[in-house]
Amino acid sequence: MSFISYLINGISLGSVYAIIALGYTMVYGIAKMLNFAHGDVIMIGAYVVMASITRAGLPPFAAILVSIVFCTVLGVVIETVAYRPLLNAASSLAVLITAIGVSYLLQNIALLIFGANTISFASVVSVPALVLAGGALTITGETIVTIICCIVIMTALMVFIKKSKAGQAMLAVSEDKGAAQLMGINVNGTIALTFAIGSALAAVAGVLLCSAYPTLTPYTGAMPGIKAFVAAVFGGIGSIPGALIGGILLGVIEIFGKAYISSQMADAIVFGVLIVILLVKPAGILGKNIQEKV
Amino acid sequence: MAMLEIKDIEVYYGMIQAIKGISFEVKEGEVIALIGANGAGKTTILHTITGLLSPKRGSVLFEGQDITKIPAHKIVSLGMAHVPEGRRVFADLTVYENLKMGAYTRKDKAEIDETIAMVYKRFPRLEERKIQLAGTLSGGEQQMLAMGRALMSHPKIILMDEPSMGLSPILVNQIFDIIEEVSKSGTTVLLVEQNAKKALSIADRAYVLETGKIVLEGDAKALMDDDSIKKAYLGE
Repeated sequence: MSFISYLINGISLGSVYAIIALGYTMVYGIAKMLNFAHGDVIMIGAYVVMASITRAGLPPFAAILVSIVFCTVLGVVIETVAYRPLLNAASSLAVLITAIGVSYLLQNIALLIFGANTISFASVVSVPALVLAGGALTITGETIVTIICCIVIMTALMVFIKKSKAGQAMLAVSEDKGAAQLMGINVNGTIALTFAIGSALAAVAGVLLCSAYPTLTPYTGAMPGIKAFVAAVFGGIGSIPGALIGGILLGVIEIFGKAYISSQMADAIVFGVLIVILLVKPAGILGKNIQEKV
Repeated sequence: MAMLEIKDIEVYYGMIQAIKGISFEVKEGEVIALIGANGAGKTTILHTITGLLSPKRGSVLFEGQDITKIPAHKIVSLGMAHVPEGRRVFADLTVYENLKMGAYTRKDKAEIDETIAMVYKRFPRLEERKIQLAGTLSGGEQQMLAMGRALMSHPKIILMDEPSMGLSPILVNQIFDIIEEVSKSGTTVLLVEQNAKKALSIADRAYVLETGKIVLEGDAKALMDDDSIKKAYLGE
């Protein structure tokens, strides 16, 4: 029974990684850049929820909405101020380094406002735990909510991209910015929208993550951010189903590693598996080998 | 009044000057050919007109309006469509989705469906392959798709960049037949081609480009008989 329990925990953790990985993968697919500050937006999102509840006295649901709005705006501001001027720069390294700079900036802003001490984050999930198999298997409310959130977000996002005009514009921009412009698509607007969606999802991920692992520091977002990036690469960066598969796999490997091998080694195992996968399938599980037609 | 007026434009890529002061005009209903060798600046001119590049000096006027500073994505809704060099269809989208993308700036669903039907009538091949991914089409089919996609915006003028590139002679003839049909149905055409013979055969007037400058212009039929043109571009 413990195997099933580990599996469910893994899927739950993986769901959080998948939601974060979406932000990486969408931004990469459309702007062809790695937004390494994405993980820190999660942390900001979690602080906003915490502050809205404890300092402003908002109910949890309202606090989450505030956090989503805040992170959406934050994402768009980061994109317009820090990245947009560099997107056409000669070197893609410039954007990458800027992203790392933004990451440190966000961490230090949080440090300045909230201090370095670990804050305990009260779970905002009020769903009761599910007890199965006569008490042998308990699934926490957080786990249930996380998995459901992930399914809902994935489905909504895929429908949005397939069916909506803005979603189709995203596909066009990700394939060919120039041709997209010739269709009348506002490329900068589409990139900003992608950042907005990715950052809103980061806020959701922040709430889920901190509800399951109830501590919060300015560095809370860094490690999940890196792991979600790994998940995105795992699944094939640029692919939305890839983010889901990569995220879930990563979560399951991490929890199994912790449970059966060594809890200290879990992260090493995760990154070790990444190296192996990339050696076998360099473009990731669902990634495409990009071949330029001449 | 000219529909499209290019006034003394100069375009640079970094320090390199690609277009060294070019002026020309396209009148409503005309088919105008820009011909010249590789690197003469033909594509650069089209990119400057549709706003993908901006000129350092000079201006572009469309129906009397200065569009030099208007961003590329706002040009389409003014009534100008651009079929880019190398077709640049969206390979991971279906033929149908590509066509819909061409109507991105249009709102009325019923009208869009009507235009799609019109495009299918002109390119029956596209209807046969409407659910196929554009990347799996042959070169000729992709060219048809790129042209159909441009027609989806209901343009007053259509800019075509090397539509014959990489196509077999039979397909080239087919594509030029379609360009003539498009022109007859009332759309003004600005055609950029290396295949000077074909271009001159359907054009009303033509401009000959050499390294960023217009070296010759005039009636297409007259240019066909011009000795220097015959030698340099028609291989006679």
